[in-house]
Amino acid sequence: MEGFFGQYGGAYVAETLIRNLEELYGEYERIKDEEDFREEISQLLKNFVGRPTPISALHRITAELGGAKLYLKREDLTHTGAHKINNALAQAVLAKRMGKTRIVAETGAGQHGVAVATACSLLGLKCVVYMGAVDAERQAPNVQRMQLLGAELHLVHSGQKTLKDAISEAIRDWITHVEDTHYLLGSAVGPHPFPNMVRDFQSVIGEEAREQILEAEGRLPDYVIACVGGGSNSIGMFSAFLNDAEVKLVGVQAAGEGLDSGKHASPLLKGTHGIIQGSLTYMLQDEDGQILETHSIAPGLDYPGAGPQHSYLKDTGRVEYTSVNDREALLAFEELCRKEGILPALESSHAVAYALKLVSQLPKDALVLVNLSGRGDKDLSQAIAALEQLKNSEVLV
Amino acid sequence: MSRIDQMFARLREQEECALIPYIPVGYPTAEGSESLIRTIAESGADLIELGVPYADPLADGPTIQEASLTAVSNGINLKSCISMVSTLRDKGLETPIVLMGYCNSFLAYGLDKLADDAKEAGIDGFIIPDLPSTMAKPFVQIFEARGLKNIFFLAPTTSEAREAAVVEQGQGFLYCISVTGVTGERKSLPAELRDFIHQARQVTELPLAVGFGISNEEHVREVSEYADGAIVGSALINVIKQSASNEIETNVGEFIRQLKQATRKAAATL
Repeated sequence: MEGFFGQYGGAYVAETLIRNLEELYGEYERIKDEEDFREEISQLLKNFVGRPTPISALHRITAELGGAKLYLKREDLTHTGAHKINNALAQAVLAKRMGKTRIVAETGAGQHGVAVATACSLLGLKCVVYMGAVDAERQAPNVQRMQLLGAELHLVHSGQKTLKDAISEAIRDWITHVEDTHYLLGSAVGPHPFPNMVRDFQSVIGEEAREQILEAEGRLPDYVIACVGGGSNSIGMFSAFLNDAEVKLVGVQAAGEGLDSGKHASPLLKGTHGIIQGSLTYMLQDEDGQILETHSIAPGLDYPGAGPQHSYLKDTGRVEYTSVNDREALLAFEELCRKEGILPALESSHAVAYALKLVSQLPKDALVLVNLSGRGDKDLSQAIAALEQLKNSEVLV
Repeated sequence: MSRIDQMFARLREQEECALIPYIPVGYPTAEGSESLIRTIAESGADLIELGVPYADPLADGPTIQEASLTAVSNGINLKSCISMVSTLRDKGLETPIVLMGYCNSFLAYGLDKLADDAKEAGIDGFIIPDLPSTMAKPFVQIFEARGLKNIFFLAPTTSEAREAAVVEQGQGFLYCISVTGVTGERKSLPAELRDFIHQARQVTELPLAVGFGISNEEHVREVSEYADGAIVGSALINVIKQSASNEIETNVGEFIRQLKQATRKAAATL
């Protein structure tokens, strides 16, 4: 059936939204292969976003760990500093072509909010961003950027005051303003056609990376690793390698304070089937079907569901899903700064942390490619404070 | 004939519009809920829409979100909702009752078990705001087999082609959303509402109940002119919120009686 990956996906939404989803799907299908649409997107990606982003070999860490050769795909080098801009610009162009004048969006870490605000500023669209009050506090620099870019920011005080609640409010706004508004969803989640569309717009990451690693090494990597919250950077990266059976794909979720602590954000590891925000997928819920609270030091991973295609890839075994806790992510964050001069986002640090554990176990001729989905400027004060706390507590122990 | 069909048939003869109050089970308190629901029924509700408390109710505005959350924290789940209806039926309540809840509560319970338990308890059907007709087949098949109605929505944004498909699957009545938006009180009803209902009337024999934004007697009177039912949720919750705890039942009873009276004054143009 349309809009499903196996049993996952669908469009479980209020009747009021159906017309917009059908319109969006129809227009997207019609426009996506049009030459001038593709050309407009590719010009923007090249001249505004700064694509292609390079892949960087991590020489010092590779030498020190003495294992496989490690590469990063540098989405941190895009304009606005994360992969989110790829999708935000493309959807904004699509919305404009559909005659929409107003964009609503949600944001967790603020990276998607900044990307949307940027795209709207560039294209002359009105921009409204919903952000959980808790996230706004821990991502203050991004709040300031969005406001400077002219976005109208609504802090969400319902629920856990994080990403899930921001998505709910953005959906409610959309239900109320369906005529002139496009909901620019930032991850590969939500009702059909968002999971497909966001994946397509993010697939540029994997396509570039595949070509670049072939050029640099003359062969495909043994492992491709990316962090998974909703799962847009990872699905964008993985999509180019899905048919390369020899490439192992690994999605890294946030284990927070530990998978058994109840304070984590790993629905693909600990979740069950359910419907969250319009799609059937693995999610964290209690026995009554109430969505559970999540925890991660990385706001962009702090989400109780995952994109439906990830649920499908988990069941089919094509992607291996694993997790990294807050502590490991923080140490990887510091390690990458110290050894390679790269300040990663806390979200991406989860993927890096897993890669650092993996490479030392692999032979020297193995190749590992990690998607560095964003940069960590936004995380500085929080990460420094957390690192300090971590070290103090470990000294005391 | 089902309780719901009988009720609409009776009101059609009496040229009355159905009053359909919505209240979450377990609101404002778990202990007082049963008695409050009985008061609502005895004060003139023709059908009661009982909310299954859900912490993330996407189609609802702030009033129902808050009430729903209160009910969740009062420890109410789908199981307690079903047993509440069972108790009410055992004590002789005959008013048709539908459960309004989000897909995930029902999936987590298990659809087959839900259908069996709901039938057994005396529930007449379901309203599931995040289950559009296109996604509903697995639900409908299971509910229909037990004679439970699956009530679908029509929105002002529903296209004609889609309207035909919704009508085809419709059971019990159609829930016509008065506005594009979420639930919540509003000052006035949209001018286009009359035309929207009139248009729906052309394509279906099913009773048409209007919900979202119906806040007072005036609104109910207006809706009674052209629809078969008026659904009142947030306004009822606000009456409860504004009442001292020992006055809730009195005030709710009075409010429901006023609204019911408004369904009688105007002869519905059926």
